Amino acid sequence: MSDVERLLRNALVPVEPSGAMSDRLERRLSALTGAAAEELAEWELSSMRDPRNWYRPAAAVVVGGAAAGALVVVRARRGRKQEGGLRALRREAGGVAKDLRQRLGR
Amino acid sequence: MSEALAGDKARLDRDFSELYRAHLRDVYSYSYYRIGNHHDAEDITEQTFLQAYRHYERALRESEGRPLRPWLIRIAHNLAANYYRDRSRKPQTHLDDAEAYSAPHATEDLVEGREEVSEVLAGVANLPDDRREALIMRFALDMDNREIARALGRSDGATKVLIHRAIRQLEHELASEEEVKG
Repeated sequence: MSDVERLLRNALVPVEPSGAMSDRLERRLSALTGAAAEELAEWELSSMRDPRNWYRPAAAVVVGGAAAGALVVVRARRGRKQEGGLRALRREAGGVAKDLRQRLGR
Repeated sequence: MSEALAGDKARLDRDFSELYRAHLRDVYSYSYYRIGNHHDAEDITEQTFLQAYRHYERALRESEGRPLRPWLIRIAHNLAANYYRDRSRKPQTHLDDAEAYSAPHATEDLVEGREEVSEVLAGVANLPDDRREALIMRFALDMDNREIARALGRSDGATKVLIHRAIRQLEHELASEEEVKG
Protein backbone atom coordinates (compact mmCIF):
# COMPACT_ATOMS: atom_id res chain seq x y z
CA MET A 1 0.00 0.00 0.00
CA SER A 2 1.44 3.40 -1.00
CA ASP A 3 1.68 6.33 1.36
CA VAL A 4 -1.28 8.08 -0.26
CA GLU A 5 -3.37 4.94 0.02
CA ARG A 6 -2.56 4.77 3.72
CA LEU A 7 -3.57 8.43 4.09
CA LEU A 8 -6.80 7.77 2.22
CA ARG A 9 -7.57 4.80 4.43
CA ASN A 10 -7.07 7.03 7.53
CA ALA A 11 -9.09 9.94 6.15
CA LEU A 12 -12.05 8.13 4.59
CA VAL A 13 -13.22 6.20 7.63
CA PRO A 14 -16.76 4.79 7.48
CA VAL A 15 -19.29 7.17 9.03
CA GLU A 16 -22.12 5.94 11.23
CA PRO A 17 -25.52 7.56 10.66
CA SER A 18 -27.20 9.11 13.69
CA GLY A 19 -29.65 7.01 15.69
CA ALA A 20 -32.40 9.55 15.00
CA MET A 21 -31.98 9.14 11.26
CA SER A 22 -31.97 5.33 11.44
CA ASP A 23 -35.13 5.38 13.58
CA ARG A 24 -36.89 7.76 11.21
CA LEU A 25 -35.95 5.71 8.15
CA GLU A 26 -36.95 2.42 9.78
CA ARG A 27 -40.35 3.90 10.69
CA ARG A 28 -40.88 5.01 7.09
CA LEU A 29 -39.84 1.63 5.71
CA SER A 30 -42.11 -0.18 8.19
CA ALA A 31 -45.01 2.04 7.15
CA LEU A 32 -44.30 1.18 3.50
CA THR A 33 -44.13 -2.57 4.08
CA GLY A 34 -47.23 -2.40 6.32
CA ALA A 35 -49.20 -0.50 3.70
CA ALA A 36 -48.15 -2.98 1.01
CA ALA A 37 -49.20 -5.95 3.19
CA GLU A 38 -52.56 -4.31 3.96
CA GLU A 39 -53.17 -3.66 0.28
CA LEU A 40 -52.43 -7.29 -0.49
CA ALA A 41 -54.79 -8.51 2.26
CA GLU A 42 -57.62 -6.27 1.04
CA TRP A 43 -57.09 -7.39 -2.51
CA GLU A 44 -57.21 -11.02 -1.38
CA LEU A 45 -60.47 -10.48 0.51
CA SER A 46 -62.28 -8.61 -2.21
CA SER A 47 -61.01 -10.43 -5.25
CA MET A 48 -59.60 -13.81 -4.42
CA ARG A 49 -61.87 -15.39 -1.81
CA ASP A 50 -64.91 -15.76 -4.07
CA PRO A 51 -64.31 -15.95 -7.83
CA ARG A 52 -67.93 -14.91 -8.46
CA ASN A 53 -66.99 -11.49 -7.10
CA TRP A 54 -64.06 -10.95 -9.44
CA TYR A 55 -66.15 -8.78 -11.75
CA ARG A 56 -66.91 -6.24 -8.98
CA PRO A 57 -63.53 -4.50 -8.71
CA ALA A 58 -63.38 -4.34 -12.50
CA ALA A 59 -66.91 -2.89 -12.68
CA ALA A 60 -66.04 -0.38 -9.94
CA VAL A 61 -63.04 0.76 -11.93
CA VAL A 62 -65.14 1.15 -15.11
CA VAL A 63 -67.99 3.00 -13.34
CA GLY A 64 -65.62 5.10 -11.26
CA GLY A 65 -63.60 5.95 -14.34
CA ALA A 66 -66.73 6.92 -16.27
CA ALA A 67 -68.00 9.09 -13.41
CA ALA A 68 -64.66 10.78 -13.00
CA GLY A 69 -64.44 11.31 -16.76
CA ALA A 70 -67.93 12.75 -16.79
CA LEU A 71 -67.11 15.17 -13.98
CA VAL A 72 -64.05 16.32 -15.85
CA VAL A 73 -66.22 16.92 -18.91
CA VAL A 74 -68.70 18.94 -16.83
CA ARG A 75 -65.89 21.06 -15.37
CA ALA A 76 -64.21 21.54 -18.73
CA ARG A 77 -67.47 22.61 -20.39
CA ARG A 78 -68.28 24.95 -17.51
CA GLY A 79 -64.83 26.43 -17.76
CA ARG A 80 -65.10 26.90 -21.52
CA LYS A 81 -68.37 28.79 -21.57
CA GLN A 82 -70.06 30.48 -18.66
CA GLU A 83 -73.43 30.89 -20.44
CA GLY A 84 -76.49 28.79 -19.82
CA GLY A 85 -76.42 28.98 -16.02
CA LEU A 86 -78.60 26.52 -14.19
CA ARG A 87 -80.21 25.14 -17.34
CA ALA A 88 -76.92 24.24 -18.96
CA LEU A 89 -75.69 22.64 -15.75
CA ARG A 90 -78.89 20.60 -15.43
CA ARG A 91 -78.58 19.49 -19.05
CA GLU A 92 -74.98 18.38 -18.53
CA ALA A 93 -75.78 16.63 -15.25
CA GLY A 94 -78.63 14.84 -17.02
CA GLY A 95 -76.19 13.76 -19.72
CA VAL A 96 -73.79 12.40 -17.14
CA ALA A 97 -76.58 10.46 -15.39
CA LYS A 98 -77.76 9.04 -18.73
CA ASP A 99 -74.23 8.04 -19.62
CA LEU A 100 -73.76 6.28 -16.26
CA ARG A 101 -77.12 4.48 -16.60
CA GLN A 102 -76.13 3.24 -20.03
CA ARG A 103 -72.78 1.94 -18.78
CA LEU A 104 -74.24 0.27 -15.69
CA GLY A 105 -77.03 -1.28 -17.72
CA ARG A 106 -74.62 -3.23 -19.90
CA MET B 1 -52.11 -18.70 -4.63
CA SER B 2 -52.77 -15.73 -2.33
CA GLU B 3 -50.83 -17.44 0.46
CA ALA B 4 -47.91 -17.89 -1.91
CA LEU B 5 -48.05 -14.19 -2.79
CA ALA B 6 -48.14 -13.15 0.85
CA GLY B 7 -45.26 -15.54 1.57
CA ASP B 8 -43.21 -14.04 -1.27
CA LYS B 9 -43.93 -10.56 0.02
CA ALA B 10 -42.87 -11.47 3.57
CA ARG B 11 -39.67 -13.09 2.27
CA LEU B 12 -38.87 -10.03 0.14
CA ASP B 13 -39.39 -7.72 3.12
CA ARG B 14 -37.14 -9.88 5.28
CA ASP B 15 -34.42 -9.88 2.62
CA PHE B 16 -34.73 -6.15 2.22
CA SER B 17 -34.38 -5.63 5.98
CA GLU B 18 -31.14 -7.60 5.86
CA LEU B 19 -29.89 -5.54 2.93
CA TYR B 20 -30.76 -2.37 4.85
CA ARG B 21 -28.98 -3.47 8.02
CA ALA B 22 -25.91 -4.63 6.10
CA HIS B 23 -25.49 -1.47 4.04
CA LEU B 24 -26.96 1.47 5.92
CA ARG B 25 -23.49 2.60 6.97
CA ASP B 26 -22.13 2.18 3.42
CA VAL B 27 -24.87 4.30 1.88
CA TYR B 28 -24.55 6.91 4.60
CA SER B 29 -20.74 7.06 4.35
CA TYR B 30 -20.89 7.39 0.58
CA SER B 31 -23.52 10.16 0.79
CA TYR B 32 -21.62 11.98 3.50
CA TYR B 33 -18.29 12.02 1.66
CA ARG B 34 -20.03 12.90 -1.58
CA ILE B 35 -22.10 15.79 -0.20
CA GLY B 36 -20.00 16.93 2.76
CA ASN B 37 -22.65 17.51 5.42
CA HIS B 38 -24.71 15.25 7.65
CA HIS B 39 -28.07 16.88 7.01
CA ASP B 40 -28.13 16.30 3.25
CA ALA B 41 -26.36 12.95 3.61
CA GLU B 42 -29.27 11.82 5.80
CA ASP B 43 -31.76 12.96 3.15
CA ILE B 44 -29.93 11.10 0.40
CA THR B 45 -29.62 7.96 2.53
CA GLU B 46 -33.35 7.98 3.26
CA GLN B 47 -34.28 8.52 -0.37
CA THR B 48 -31.88 5.79 -1.45
CA PHE B 49 -33.51 3.14 0.73
CA LEU B 50 -37.05 4.26 -0.08
CA GLN B 51 -36.27 4.06 -3.79
CA ALA B 52 -34.47 0.76 -3.32
CA TYR B 53 -37.51 -0.70 -1.56
CA ARG B 54 -39.77 0.24 -4.45
CA HIS B 55 -37.52 -1.47 -7.01
CA TYR B 56 -36.13 -4.24 -4.85
CA GLU B 57 -37.98 -7.16 -6.42
CA ARG B 58 -36.81 -6.29 -9.92
CA ALA B 59 -33.24 -5.61 -8.79
CA LEU B 60 -33.15 -8.97 -7.04
CA ARG B 61 -34.38 -10.72 -10.19
CA GLU B 62 -31.91 -8.93 -12.45
CA SER B 63 -28.91 -9.28 -10.14
CA GLU B 64 -28.85 -13.07 -10.70
CA GLY B 65 -27.37 -13.63 -7.26
CA ARG B 66 -24.70 -10.94 -7.41
CA PRO B 67 -24.34 -8.60 -4.38
CA LEU B 68 -26.72 -5.64 -4.36
CA ARG B 69 -24.40 -3.14 -2.72
CA PRO B 70 -23.28 -1.63 -6.07
CA TRP B 71 -26.94 -1.17 -7.01
CA LEU B 72 -27.64 0.66 -3.73
CA ILE B 73 -24.60 2.88 -4.15
CA ARG B 74 -25.62 3.63 -7.73
CA ILE B 75 -28.99 4.89 -6.47
CA ALA B 76 -27.19 7.11 -3.93
CA HIS B 77 -24.81 8.24 -6.70
CA ASN B 78 -27.72 9.30 -8.94
CA LEU B 79 -29.47 11.10 -6.10
CA ALA B 80 -26.26 12.94 -5.21
CA ALA B 81 -25.82 13.93 -8.87
CA ASN B 82 -29.38 15.32 -8.88
CA TYR B 83 -28.63 17.16 -5.66
CA TYR B 84 -25.77 19.02 -7.33
CA ARG B 85 -27.64 19.57 -10.58
CA ASP B 86 -30.78 20.92 -8.88
CA ARG B 87 -28.98 23.21 -6.49
CA SER B 88 -25.92 24.06 -8.61
CA ARG B 89 -23.69 23.06 -5.72
CA LYS B 90 -20.17 21.77 -5.51
CA PRO B 91 -18.95 19.26 -2.93
CA GLN B 92 -17.92 20.82 0.37
CA THR B 93 -14.20 20.74 1.00
CA HIS B 94 -14.74 21.13 4.74
CA LEU B 95 -16.78 18.27 6.10
CA ASP B 96 -19.06 18.45 9.13
CA ASP B 97 -17.57 17.02 12.29
CA ALA B 98 -16.99 13.44 11.10
CA GLU B 99 -15.42 12.30 14.37
CA ALA B 100 -18.74 12.54 16.17
CA TYR B 101 -20.06 9.67 14.08
CA SER B 102 -17.08 7.81 12.71
CA ALA B 103 -15.26 4.74 13.94
CA PRO B 104 -13.20 5.48 17.05
CA HIS B 105 -9.52 6.44 16.79
CA ALA B 106 -7.01 6.67 19.62
CA THR B 107 -6.86 10.25 20.90
CA GLU B 108 -3.16 10.75 20.04
CA ASP B 109 -3.80 9.52 16.49
CA LEU B 110 -6.57 12.07 16.10
CA VAL B 111 -4.39 14.94 17.28
CA GLU B 112 -1.41 13.96 15.13
CA GLY B 113 -3.37 13.12 12.05
CA ARG B 114 -6.05 15.80 12.07
CA GLU B 115 -4.24 18.21 9.77
CA GLU B 116 -3.12 15.42 7.48
CA VAL B 117 -6.66 14.07 7.26
CA SER B 118 -8.06 17.54 6.47
CA GLU B 119 -5.58 17.93 3.63
CA VAL B 120 -6.42 14.54 2.19
CA LEU B 121 -10.17 15.18 2.41
CA ALA B 122 -9.78 18.58 0.78
CA GLY B 123 -7.70 16.94 -1.97
CA VAL B 124 -10.37 14.27 -2.51
CA ALA B 125 -13.11 16.92 -2.66
CA ASN B 126 -11.20 18.77 -5.38
CA LEU B 127 -10.83 15.73 -7.64
CA PRO B 128 -13.07 15.33 -10.70
CA ASP B 129 -16.41 13.69 -9.76
CA ASP B 130 -15.70 10.21 -11.12
CA ARG B 131 -12.27 9.99 -9.46
CA ARG B 132 -13.62 11.25 -6.13
CA GLU B 133 -16.49 8.74 -6.18
CA ALA B 134 -14.19 5.86 -7.01
CA LEU B 135 -11.90 6.72 -4.08
CA ILE B 136 -14.82 7.02 -1.66
CA MET B 137 -16.08 3.60 -2.74
CA ARG B 138 -12.65 2.03 -2.50
CA PHE B 139 -11.48 3.48 0.81
CA ALA B 140 -14.62 4.42 2.81
CA LEU B 141 -16.70 1.46 1.68
CA ASP B 142 -13.90 -1.01 0.97
CA MET B 143 -15.45 -1.99 -2.37
CA ASP B 144 -13.37 -3.99 -4.85
CA ASN B 145 -12.84 -2.98 -8.50
CA ARG B 146 -15.69 -5.15 -9.75
CA GLU B 147 -18.21 -3.65 -7.31
CA ILE B 148 -17.05 -0.11 -8.10
CA ALA B 149 -17.30 -0.86 -11.81
CA ARG B 150 -20.91 -2.00 -11.39
CA ALA B 151 -21.81 1.03 -9.27
CA LEU B 152 -20.33 3.44 -11.80
CA GLY B 153 -21.53 1.53 -14.87
CA ARG B 154 -17.98 1.06 -16.22
CA SER B 155 -15.85 -1.90 -17.20
CA ASP B 156 -13.50 -3.48 -14.64
CA GLY B 157 -10.49 -2.33 -16.66
CA ALA B 158 -11.68 1.26 -16.95
CA THR B 159 -12.36 1.32 -13.21
CA LYS B 160 -8.88 0.07 -12.38
CA VAL B 161 -7.39 2.86 -14.51
CA LEU B 162 -9.74 5.42 -12.95
CA ILE B 163 -8.67 4.52 -9.40
CA HIS B 164 -5.00 4.46 -10.35
CA ARG B 165 -5.25 7.94 -11.88
CA ALA B 166 -7.22 9.29 -8.94
CA ILE B 167 -4.51 8.13 -6.50
CA ARG B 168 -1.74 9.54 -8.68
CA GLN B 169 -3.50 12.91 -9.02
CA LEU B 170 -4.06 13.15 -5.29
CA GLU B 171 -0.46 12.16 -4.61
CA HIS B 172 0.73 14.88 -6.98
CA GLU B 173 -1.51 17.52 -5.40
CA LEU B 174 -0.49 16.64 -1.86
CA ALA B 175 3.18 16.77 -2.88
CA SER B 176 2.69 20.18 -4.51
CA GLU B 177 1.04 21.46 -1.35
CA GLU B 178 3.97 20.24 0.73
CA GLU B 179 6.37 22.07 -1.61
CA VAL B 180 4.41 25.30 -1.26
CA LYS B 181 4.51 24.98 2.52
CA GLY B 182 8.26 24.50 2.20
